[in-house]
Amino acid sequence: MDFTLKIWRQKNAKAKGKFVTYNLKDVSSNCSFLEMLDILNEQLVHQNEEPVVFDTDCREGICGLCSLYINGRPHGPDDAITTCQLHMRKFKDGDIIVVEPWRARPFPVIKDLMVDRTAFDAIIQEGGFISVNTGGAPDANAIIIPKEAAELSMDAAACIGCGACVAACKNASAMLFVSAKVSHFALLPQGKPEAKERVRKMVAKMDELGFGNCTNTFACEVECPKLISVSTIARMNREFLWAKIG
Amino acid sequence: MNFSFLRFSSITKKIWMSLLGLFLMVFLILHLGINLCLLRKDPTWFNDAAYFMGTNYVIKVFEVILFGGFIFHILVGIILQLRNWRSRPVRYKINPRTDTPFFTKYMIYTGAVVFIFLVIHLMNFYFIKLGWKESPVPSLPNGHPDFYVVARWLFSQPFYTVLYIVFIIVLGVHLYHSFRAAFQSLGLNHKSYNSSIETFGIVYSIVIPLGYILIPIYYLI
Ligand code: HEM
Ligand code: FES
Repeated sequence: MDFTLKIWRQKNAKAKGKFVTYNLKDVSSNCSFLEMLDILNEQLVHQNEEPVVFDTDCREGICGLCSLYINGRPHGPDDAITTCQLHMRKFKDGDIIVVEPWRARPFPVIKDLMVDRTAFDAIIQEGGFISVNTGGAPDANAIIIPKEAAELSMDAAACIGCGACVAACKNASAMLFVSAKVSHFALLPQGKPEAKERVRKMVAKMDELGFGNCTNTFACEVECPKLISVSTIARMNREFLWAKIG
Repeated sequence: MNFSFLRFSSITKKIWMSLLGLFLMVFLILHLGINLCLLRKDPTWFNDAAYFMGTNYVIKVFEVILFGGFIFHILVGIILQLRNWRSRPVRYKINPRTDTPFFTKYMIYTGAVVFIFLVIHLMNFYFIKLGWKESPVPSLPNGHPDFYVVARWLFSQPFYTVLYIVFIIVLGVHLYHSFRAAFQSLGLNHKSYNSSIETFGIVYSIVIPLGYILIPIYYLI
């Protein structure tokens, strides 16, 4: 397959940046999107040009590092996947593919397609944990957890913190991410003691970092590679309300 | 005025926004109830209702809450929107292709249109009541403005009638997404109730505006 790529190139955080067009020929339809970029980079290295910088790590859809806003959609034209799991067969031969970095004030571009997502770490540091002194491992079923709560918590815990929700949201809101982290703990008995403080602090941090507000457009839910539902945001709002008035 | 609400967290703002929005939605039903009295040939029902609304002390308290509600809903809406625009300083080159409900993206614009209508509406009626503006028609024997005749006079002008209908349709668009959204903002999202909430919201946003539009249409035919 042949493609015309228009890729955002930016030397560093301060540089202006622009789209550069590359033509790539004879790409296998079984190539993943990132492998296709690897091929491009190899060609660039051969031509003594700087390779395109993009985030990648596990390449199996679990680390959340790969990003990329491809033809108007975070993680490209497929549902419930990360970019490393997007395959070129999802495109048509001869397609023009425009690749942009995540765009949000709290996610500044570091270089080319790589953005700084430490804003998410800062939110996690406010409450995305349970403070316990770990002694010996407790008995597996010493704390009884209803099956529904365990499952909902696990659904929320599936969040890999990739930032697609922020990238997709017209307001660059991080509510789906924060609500997943809040819910993941709030649903479990171990998370209850710190629940109020957690939601208050994480929301405050999210606001401080400059993420937008939810206007219930629900683009986040559509683009989340882990299919986290907006009902998680409703849960966070409930948790937040109780933390304020309860 | 106390401006501490400017520092409210994003979620607190959204919760106020939705509570006030829902309150305004209840008010719209009440207002429609009164307006439908305009369909009668006999003006007493409508004018009695208007007189009651204008003089009753309980209603006066609600009037303050209503004005506060409007102002607050609008102010918070604008504050949230300004922040949302600022949160993505560099825009995408390619417009989003994520599949989302169409009207949800235009709340601030439909809201702004509703606001313009609100101002026109207040100038046409409330300002007369306050004595800030001369009534275009003679007052009632009890000294109160004859809003029945004012309304009929306004609807006798094709330009005003068309404008009114367009504004009401935009209000319907604003509300189309609002009801479900308000529940979501308040944390009320449950798979057993979501479809009923959504259906109610859609029915409301069609039936109430239709009720308002019925009045000038009825006069026409
Ligand atoms: C009769 C008039 C109005 C009614 C009944 C009404 C009702 C509502 C409701 C129920 C919501 C949903 C709240 C939520 O998203 O949680 C909403 C949202 C909104 N309204 Fe209104 N509204 C009215 C007028 C206005 C006006 C005049 C503006 C002015 C600019 C406005 C701006 C907005 C905005 C920007 C939102 C979206 C807020 C968000 O989702 O963050 N509304 N409205
Ligand atoms: S590289 Fe780990 S999720 Fe894509």
